[in-house]
Amino acid sequence: MPSPMWRQHELKESYDVVVIGGGVHGLATAYYLTKLGVRNIAVLEAKYLGFGGSGRNTAIVRSNYRTPEGIAFYDHSVKLYEQLAAELEFNVMFSQHGHFTLAHNERGVTGLIERANNNRMVGVNSRVIYPAEIQKLVPHLNVFGHSRFPIMAALYHPPGGIIRHDAVVWAYARGADRGGAHIHQQTEVTAIDVHQGKVTSVRTNRGTIRAGAVVNATAGYASTISKMAGVPLPIESHPLQACVTEPLKPFLDAVIVSSTLHVYVSQTDRGELVLGAEVDDHQSYSIKGSLAFLEGAATHLLELFPFLANVKVLRQWAGLCDMTPDYSPIIGEAPDVKGFLMTVGWGTYGFKAGPASGHLLAERIASGKTPKLLEPFGLERFANDCLVGEKAAASVSH
Amino acid sequence: MAFQIECPNCGVRPAWEFHYGGATRNRPEPQAPSADWVEYIYSRSNTRGEESEWWYHRSACKLWFLAERDTSTNHVLETRRFEAQENVGG
Repeated sequence: MPSPMWRQHELKESYDVVVIGGGVHGLATAYYLTKLGVRNIAVLEAKYLGFGGSGRNTAIVRSNYRTPEGIAFYDHSVKLYEQLAAELEFNVMFSQHGHFTLAHNERGVTGLIERANNNRMVGVNSRVIYPAEIQKLVPHLNVFGHSRFPIMAALYHPPGGIIRHDAVVWAYARGADRGGAHIHQQTEVTAIDVHQGKVTSVRTNRGTIRAGAVVNATAGYASTISKMAGVPLPIESHPLQACVTEPLKPFLDAVIVSSTLHVYVSQTDRGELVLGAEVDDHQSYSIKGSLAFLEGAATHLLELFPFLANVKVLRQWAGLCDMTPDYSPIIGEAPDVKGFLMTVGWGTYGFKAGPASGHLLAERIASGKTPKLLEPFGLERFANDCLVGEKAAASVSH
Repeated sequence: MAFQIECPNCGVRPAWEFHYGGATRNRPEPQAPSADWVEYIYSRSNTRGEESEWWYHRSACKLWFLAERDTSTNHVLETRRFEAQENVGG
């Protein structure tokens, strides 16, 4: 009989590090901690591994962000993803066939040029291309046909692509398990105890655990968990909807994104088209889908690929995105609660960042020192007026 | 997204006609310490459950009004007009 990917354990009374959230961020943090020799770790997941954002995203990986801080951080993640299959001995089906962000007006083109320049300054492969070259690289895209919003340019990012998101979660879980971490599913955190400004224990539906450090690696629950430790966050949770069509013959190997049309699309290895949109306008914890989203997504997709008019939608879903004011994440230790760390506020760009966030946060926990790539992303940046503005590169363009 | 809101002017309409204006909260005095202003500008209650909110009827009468909504289900419990004398913040 094959051995399970990860084992089940009794909940111990004490762990050095308790990670809350069994998604890519929590599991990557646990895996890289075991590599650094920190092995007395628990990963607590309220439902099952990958129930949240890790299983609901549209599996796009890229690093063509806007700020030098953001670009360097996501570039680290892309590089870790490139080595991940070998590192974890698991096929994560990473296919880097290029990522195209389309512009349909002059302001959009200006934004792409700024991003291309910043990308190249940091050493990320990215450049602005124009309709003739776009058509050559993506032959089925409606570049020159009738269109309400004609395509004027694209930011072409060759290392961008798609990955099998569930495989990434399972591979990190197996890696963390082999390294000695305990993975506890169906284990819900109900309270966090803080004594004299330091986190001491975590209470769960299965009992209380003493903890040296606690990591909030949740999405959709980030504010709830953080409030338990008395740490308010600048986060508002919004649903984001996505859908998948019936399988088609392979015709699209690139990721196509349009902010103007509020849509992004890629074709999976099974042939299905995966489509997503921007987050819903209002704060909510409800993950029910809507017909309004489907109508919008279909209309916009047909602007880009008119021949898809009769394709059927297989299913639609929603996930929760924890939006921060500057569209950048919050990573590091809470300024006022020692031992309470977080990797939260991942908005709509969390999955592509999982390896970097886990890798760097593990280093932060093991060494006590903040790695340079993490420095811009602390919670204190809001009080210090040092925001990392990524809205132009992060919204819609997953 | 698939829910309805009762506009005090126009009656029950689909949610996509409206713009979400955020939870009501109190604005600090101009001379308040900067920590209070940081809290006001950036922190969000992000309530899971009943919350008092501003909504705007963007696609029709352009009225800003108040709503009580359960953010875990999107069920709107009550909507009402804003009275000029009241201090609800926002």
